[in-house]
Amino acid sequence: MRTRRVFAHVGLTVGALIMLYPLLWMITASLRPNTEIFTDAGLVPEHPTLGNYALGWHSTGVNFGVYIANSLIICTAVVIGNVLTCSLTAYAFARLKFVGRKTLFALMLATIMLPGHVTLIAQYSIFRNLNWIDTFWPMIVPSFLATDAFFVFLMVQFIRSIPVELDDAARIDGCGAWGIYRRIILPLLSPALVTTAIFSFIWTWNNFFSQLIYLSTRTKLTVPVALRGFLDATGSSEWGALFAMSVVTLVPVVVVFVVFQRRILAGMAHTGLK
Amino acid sequence: MSRSAADSFGTRLRQSVPGYLFLLPWLIGVLGLTVGPMVLSLYYSFTDYALFNTPAWTGLHNYTALFHDARYLHSLRVTFLYVAVSVPLEMTFALAIAVLLNRGLRGLAVYRALYYVPSLLGGSVAIALLWQQIFGSDGLLNHVLSLFGIEGHGWISEPGTALWTLIVLRVWQFGAPMVIFLAGLRQIPEDVMEAAEMDGANKWQRFWRVTLPLLSPVVFFNLVLQIIGAFQAFTPAYIISGGKGGPSDSTLFYTLYLYQQAFGNFRMGYAAAMAWVLLLIIAVFTGLNFVLGRTWVFYGDEGVRR
Repeated sequence: MRTRRVFAHVGLTVGALIMLYPLLWMITASLRPNTEIFTDAGLVPEHPTLGNYALGWHSTGVNFGVYIANSLIICTAVVIGNVLTCSLTAYAFARLKFVGRKTLFALMLATIMLPGHVTLIAQYSIFRNLNWIDTFWPMIVPSFLATDAFFVFLMVQFIRSIPVELDDAARIDGCGAWGIYRRIILPLLSPALVTTAIFSFIWTWNNFFSQLIYLSTRTKLTVPVALRGFLDATGSSEWGALFAMSVVTLVPVVVVFVVFQRRILAGMAHTGLK
Repeated sequence: MSRSAADSFGTRLRQSVPGYLFLLPWLIGVLGLTVGPMVLSLYYSFTDYALFNTPAWTGLHNYTALFHDARYLHSLRVTFLYVAVSVPLEMTFALAIAVLLNRGLRGLAVYRALYYVPSLLGGSVAIALLWQQIFGSDGLLNHVLSLFGIEGHGWISEPGTALWTLIVLRVWQFGAPMVIFLAGLRQIPEDVMEAAEMDGANKWQRFWRVTLPLLSPVVFFNLVLQIIGAFQAFTPAYIISGGKGGPSDSTLFYTLYLYQQAFGNFRMGYAAAMAWVLLLIIAVFTGLNFVLGRTWVFYGDEGVRR
């Protein structure tokens, strides 16, 4: 039995190493001179250098910090928008009575699985008429209109587990719907709000498609779009610099994961979020 | 309608006001950004629309044109192959590792986190670029192979293998379904397992006869989710092929072709038709899953196989 366990551990560790090897290799490659990158499969750079980072930071003609700032602006706005409007929506569906609730709830559930492509063309044409092309609005405004139904659903489930007696007590104390939302539901909902915030951040940070179609001016680009055009912009095969900037773009996600690991994995397990 | 019924409807409507106020952002969003655009897209799909003109009605032309568009049909084949190969592989890995981890090994949390990391980062542009380099002609894989005296191969530059690098990339991200499997495995009561063990069931029998049936709702859930997700994959194919879907259209995913038609050729009506067909395909697959699911998904509280 014991040797079995040792075997299992060895197998799982080797498996994890194989899985993580590409990532570790990329970090090492970012610390190597270009000439050594593809001739060394090891994980320890012979002549470690930070030169790639300095080079990559400036080589697209725009300071890489600008892309990071753009991504952070969009991510922050999306996090705020989702936390705010999804919780308002979820509270209404979970607690308030109104005509057509069942139908609207079904509609909300249906939009969870809806492939974004069926709305894409028309949305693009609407945003174009609003003169929002090449601005951050197409990424930000939808989050303030609770369009990510996944989070609404997550919060509805959570609010349903909060005892209704608390609402009743607050009502007796003179709270209206807003007071109950603000003083009872919102504080107790905080675990779901944190989960929403984390996933909003990670998904928006990694989101490529909408940023690709809506942004074009170089100074307005976000991290994923800037990274895509990196080799074209530098006009060379600066793999080292590319890997260095790739590492830079992955760091925030890894940091968020390490800090909130338990919550992320618990959130995934409960809702099947990706 | 009697007077009192009308009155009570009026009362109910009045009582609905706070609810609608809370729902206001979502209502605007669902009408203005989801339902409205869906209807508008459906309209565009029956028109010739290039973004700069007023849409001109062409009836079913876009839809019939799809079936004569060799590249479109090819993109369907590529996408189906991608879904059909990567999803089962990903699910198998996820289930196998989850079962292995669920045996009360120490360090479960660490392993779970490590295996999840690729899912966390895998959809990003950075990882797609890394893949492009690893599987490139002068890339890491060929270098490692050369150490063993094996001749390299242009994994991404040759049409025979390019799609497979994308499949590997997806399977690499099996951590997400694995986490969901692990949560499901924890719900299986220990006494059921012990009872099976006492009845003389060996490990394989316990897995096939007890674990798998009890886990089948989770398997089903993962399957539906992964299939829907895989049909919509875009970023890795776009990055690895430089937006072209090459070589020889071997990585021309459905969504990538849609993107090219919409934002490369500005054939917005055509792209809208593609989007609606994609919705239909996904709906059919999801529906099929639910119908077939009745034969193999086991809901324990009913006590019988449905």
